[in-house]
Amino acid sequence: MSTLLFERSLPRFAAARVVSSLGSGRGVGIGPLRLVERDAPRLPAAGWVRVDPTLSGICGSDLATLDGRSSRYFEDIVSFPFVPGHEVVGTVASDAVAADGRALTAGDRVVLQPVLGCAARGIEPPCAACQGGHVGNCGRTAFGHIRPGLQTGFCADTGGGWSSAGLVAHESQLYPVPEDLSDEDAVTVEPVACAVHAVLGAPVAGGDVVAVLGAGTLGLLVTASLGHLAALGRCATPSALLVGARYGHQQKLARRLGATEVLPPDQLPRAVRRHSRSLSFGGDPGTTATLSDGADVVFDCVGSPESIAQALAMVRPRGTVALVGMPGRATLDLAPLWHREVRLAGAYAYGSEAGGSAHDAVSTFSLAFDVAAAHRTGQLVSATYPLSRFEDAVAHAGAAGRRGAVKIAFDTRKGPSR
Amino acid sequence: MSRRPGFVLEVDKSTPSTLFWNGEGFVLEALPEGSRVVYAPEPVKALEDPYGAIRHALLHPVGDRDPLPALLRPGMKLTICFDDVSLPLPPMASPDIRQMVIETVLDMAAEAGVDDVVLVAALALHRRMTEEELRHALGDRVYDAFAPHGLLTQHDAEDPDNLVHLGQTDQGEDVEINKRAATSDLLVYVNINLVSMDGGHKSVATGLASYRSLRHHHNPSTMRHSRSFMDQPSSELHSSNWRMGRLIADSGVEVFQIETTLNNDTFPTNFAFLQKREWEWSLRDRTTYAATSTALAKVPPRLSRQILHSIRSPHALTSVQAGEVEAVHALTTANVWTQQGVDVEGQTDILTMGLPYICPYNVNSIMNPILVACLGLGYFFNMYRGRPLVREGGVVIMRHPTRPEFHPGHHPSYIDFYEQVLTQTVDPTEMHKQFEESFATDPWYVHLYRTGHAYHGVHPFYMWYWCAHALAHVGRVIVVGGNPAAVRRLGFSPASSLDDALEIASDIVGPSPTLTHVHNPPILMADVH
Repeated sequence: MSTLLFERSLPRFAAARVVSSLGSGRGVGIGPLRLVERDAPRLPAAGWVRVDPTLSGICGSDLATLDGRSSRYFEDIVSFPFVPGHEVVGTVASDAVAADGRALTAGDRVVLQPVLGCAARGIEPPCAACQGGHVGNCGRTAFGHIRPGLQTGFCADTGGGWSSAGLVAHESQLYPVPEDLSDEDAVTVEPVACAVHAVLGAPVAGGDVVAVLGAGTLGLLVTASLGHLAALGRCATPSALLVGARYGHQQKLARRLGATEVLPPDQLPRAVRRHSRSLSFGGDPGTTATLSDGADVVFDCVGSPESIAQALAMVRPRGTVALVGMPGRATLDLAPLWHREVRLAGAYAYGSEAGGSAHDAVSTFSLAFDVAAAHRTGQLVSATYPLSRFEDAVAHAGAAGRRGAVKIAFDTRKGPSR
Repeated sequence: MSRRPGFVLEVDKSTPSTLFWNGEGFVLEALPEGSRVVYAPEPVKALEDPYGAIRHALLHPVGDRDPLPALLRPGMKLTICFDDVSLPLPPMASPDIRQMVIETVLDMAAEAGVDDVVLVAALALHRRMTEEELRHALGDRVYDAFAPHGLLTQHDAEDPDNLVHLGQTDQGEDVEINKRAATSDLLVYVNINLVSMDGGHKSVATGLASYRSLRHHHNPSTMRHSRSFMDQPSSELHSSNWRMGRLIADSGVEVFQIETTLNNDTFPTNFAFLQKREWEWSLRDRTTYAATSTALAKVPPRLSRQILHSIRSPHALTSVQAGEVEAVHALTTANVWTQQGVDVEGQTDILTMGLPYICPYNVNSIMNPILVACLGLGYFFNMYRGRPLVREGGVVIMRHPTRPEFHPGHHPSYIDFYEQVLTQTVDPTEMHKQFEESFATDPWYVHLYRTGHAYHGVHPFYMWYWCAHALAHVGRVIVVGGNPAAVRRLGFSPASSLDDALEIASDIVGPSPTLTHVHNPPILMADVH
């Protein structure tokens, strides 16, 4: 069975890093990712089940790994060789009990919640984060009865979605897919959950000006989630949701998903200035100077040093910049952050979302299924590839915006490749 | 030789190509046979003794006003207001007519022993003039006598301490104007009437007003009902200003209006070919055209802009009248028509126009896409009396590069208007409802208007409302040679050549349309029968 395997190979890693500097995804052919024939991993313990992937997305963090530009911070919480792919919809190979307690029968469709927290690792008692439902913040991702790996797709023992052989998952990672949700919708549930978590973690208040930097998968899904969660009363409704989107198709999607205004990224600061009625200062009129006021919340869905700097320039004093896109090493002028007491907050993964006074706590994934169904987020899946064309797939994902795409996924279903 | 009137040429096989302005350059276009080209009358003879004529006008006012010296007395408060940098176009060679008039008024004031004199540039919501521009308009003598003492001011429509609300008209229109001017014993207004829209009660009621007041007539509804705003009796814009002007007079504000008209000798000798009829071009004209158009096309737009904005027009004074506002303006309007009026029989399916590098709102600045639209659909389209030159549902074809370039210091809110409003709507009524107030009250725009050289935040809306009548009237607007993205942003259709534009227009007006070209320069007004 075909599997894409990522091995620890410093020369290949270095080669990929050099070539991908010409464009994300372009170094995959000479990098550490290889197509191999391999069986599914063994089940590590009771409560684990094999999942046969149907679709598995290529995420920004996957691209960073393949490009050799992911942070060394992750070195101790991954194990090699691993099979990438943490955005997964598939079918269970045997009966199981899902994370929400529902019974699963062999062949049922599931979405994977990929974080390998205490429950999956067999750690008792669970860490404080897992006990609180915040599995994304699990402090035991290098321990337990499987090797280190913050998520499925980065752990040598679990396999990953980029495989037709299957992966193994703990029952606590499985969420059944409603019948009316397509596979394309379902494969986006994991990034939707990231977006939901980011939105609910940000202090958006009624009437706020909110800016979203970047309109790739995460930016679009933050846009969709904010509107949907506000309609559900789970977060406040901003007065303006301004999205910076570079490409035409992204701009159309952002509007469709609920942005009140969509602009090219370089025009976003001017829109934020106008909506926040800031007095610009520190630069000539027309330039991107730090604003006197600014957006109440900025979701940085890019994660580059430039985008973080832009977010810091656009946020109001005591406002929040939520880092949703995975950042790496960055050189930044933090004087405005210090002077304006800006809160720079990470937004990673998912877990349990506090409900506030009107709602019970609920898993991020269950909210993500709502958003995916309401917005048919499968519309973001622009192309799927068979594993055999992994170089094309990764190159497409690396140039998604430029090539008019959003989400690229591997399709391990039988039949003609798409 | 007597002055030749304006006329309408019918293009035939022997007609040479016709000049079109094309932003910071010009081109010759071969118009289809049977097209009409409307040419302005030749320049009215200049007054031989401008200072003498000005003095005579001040001593022999029209309407119910005493001669100016009789209105001046020691101890009085005198305010002299004058039109700003938006007039005339291009800026006239020194001495500017404002300088000549104001020097004469000041001489009379000095003779009468008037000490308390303040000059006010009647900016309305336009940008503040620079020192160089003020010196050019007023002359060094006036500037140096007033500016260092803080007695040369520029109207600030956002200064609550220097505005006074005089009341509401019977239509509920607020009249709020410059306090210094309104509380003076005499307000002398010095006008330049380049086009028939200028002057009259509009001078004070608009030039010295606040946004609170201006919004009553600078809005889509008023502009749609101004047919045209170049024809005062048919202009709702003017009706509103007239109501306000009468309220100003009834409030006890003594206005002594001085209006001037200029001839249409618009460009100096080295650009004289621009305003000649093409078949009368001399060899020198042809050579100059070829050399100039080639040179302007080869240099970067910034440089060609700089060259063209340095032009000083030989405009000459053709009339000056002073006294009571309405009596003065009736004479002025007649004089403007004498210079600019051309009889045209019937409307046309397609109206073509070449748009120049300059309009009232980009003197020493950049003609951004909103101003392109305003110049074509606001000004040129409205240069008519009776009926628009183009029939209802017809097509306007404009030629201009329409680059998405903006002067960030002069037009900051225009950039946001282009990026954030036109991307959502090009409907004047919709943008009025959705966006106007937030732009008009934006503190950053207000700050830049008051302390920098920026047009007021609401100004791009007004420019778009200027187009409202045309937008409702025509079936399509095509821009030849314009930046396609910018043209589409305006809601218009881009075309790479006049032939392409005519092909696009045929969808609207059929395969054998009538076509009329408004030759510019110089400015003309079509009396469409």
